[in-house]
Amino acid sequence: MDITNVAELSGNIAVVGYGLAAIGPGIGVGLVVSKTIESIARQPELASKLQVTMWLGIAFTEALALIGLATPFIFA
Amino acid sequence: MEFYPEIIAFEGTPFALNRIMLIRLLVVSVLLILFYLWTRSFQKASRNQTFVPTKFQLMGEISLNFVRTGIAHGQLGKVDGDRFLPLLTTIFFTVLGMNITGIIPGINMPATALIGLPIVLAAASYVTFIYAGMKKHGMGFFKNSLFPSGVPPYLYIMVTPIEFLSTFILRPVTLALRLTMNMVAGHLLLVLCFSATQFFVFYSDGFFALFGLGTFVFGFAFTLFEILVSFLQAYVFTLLTTVYIQLALADEH
Repeated sequence: MDITNVAELSGNIAVVGYGLAAIGPGIGVGLVVSKTIESIARQPELASKLQVTMWLGIAFTEALALIGLATPFIFA
Repeated sequence: MEFYPEIIAFEGTPFALNRIMLIRLLVVSVLLILFYLWTRSFQKASRNQTFVPTKFQLMGEISLNFVRTGIAHGQLGKVDGDRFLPLLTTIFFTVLGMNITGIIPGINMPATALIGLPIVLAAASYVTFIYAGMKKHGMGFFKNSLFPSGVPPYLYIMVTPIEFLSTFILRPVTLALRLTMNMVAGHLLLVLCFSATQFFVFYSDGFFALFGLGTFVFGFAFTLFEILVSFLQAYVFTLLTTVYIQLALADEH
């Protein structure tokens, strides 16, 4: 039986990889920010402290997406 | 290619200069002149006992106080904050200056978008937090960070490799990668928007030229976004260095 290609894709699979790598950190950053907004709404006087912690949380979470962005350069 | 422009001077020697190296040298000289003028205005004010700062002096005080009170004192406390302040100030202003070249018209290339400079800064931060821990706890620093207390001994088989990986390998790597990749991604977005604008406006006919307007607006919005990212990356880099130092200094608990 002959194999027929119904649809053909061209390009680099690394793009799909980056898309996958962006899902988790996207959700993670969303959670961090939403919880921070919630806490600031409850205790507005702690806003400056919470914001510092929020940036830290975002920086740690975001690193995963950026590793995903860097892998095509490393393994190319 | 955009990120590896041709070498323009001293080719073949370790000191080969290309466009990005020239941008870095330019930023360093601008920073040196700026800090020289700032310190001179501070000295003049304290010598003449003038208590109303000039605009230029106020700018310097606000910028330096942001790192001092906002980052160092907030995380490390007054004594330790002032001990590590020179390094933190240097890191903050170097990263900020090197990032901001990405949106200055005519330069349009963040000097941190090649990984060399972020590696140097990350190495400085790495050496400093290990130094801070060694100075405070001696060899106990490695024991504290590799064998955290309160963990059942048989779990050390799992915990120790993970702690080693995250503390001594992933920390500097993510510091350097985060900065580089943010700037690379931002630069690519800007390139994409503005080259699309150029294509639509000059090389397409009639109706499609209108798309050029849309991409130009997007490019402008991303330029504003890049200003935010430049400040944010400088802030995050300094803040993470501070937190690593703070974790190294923390007593065993």
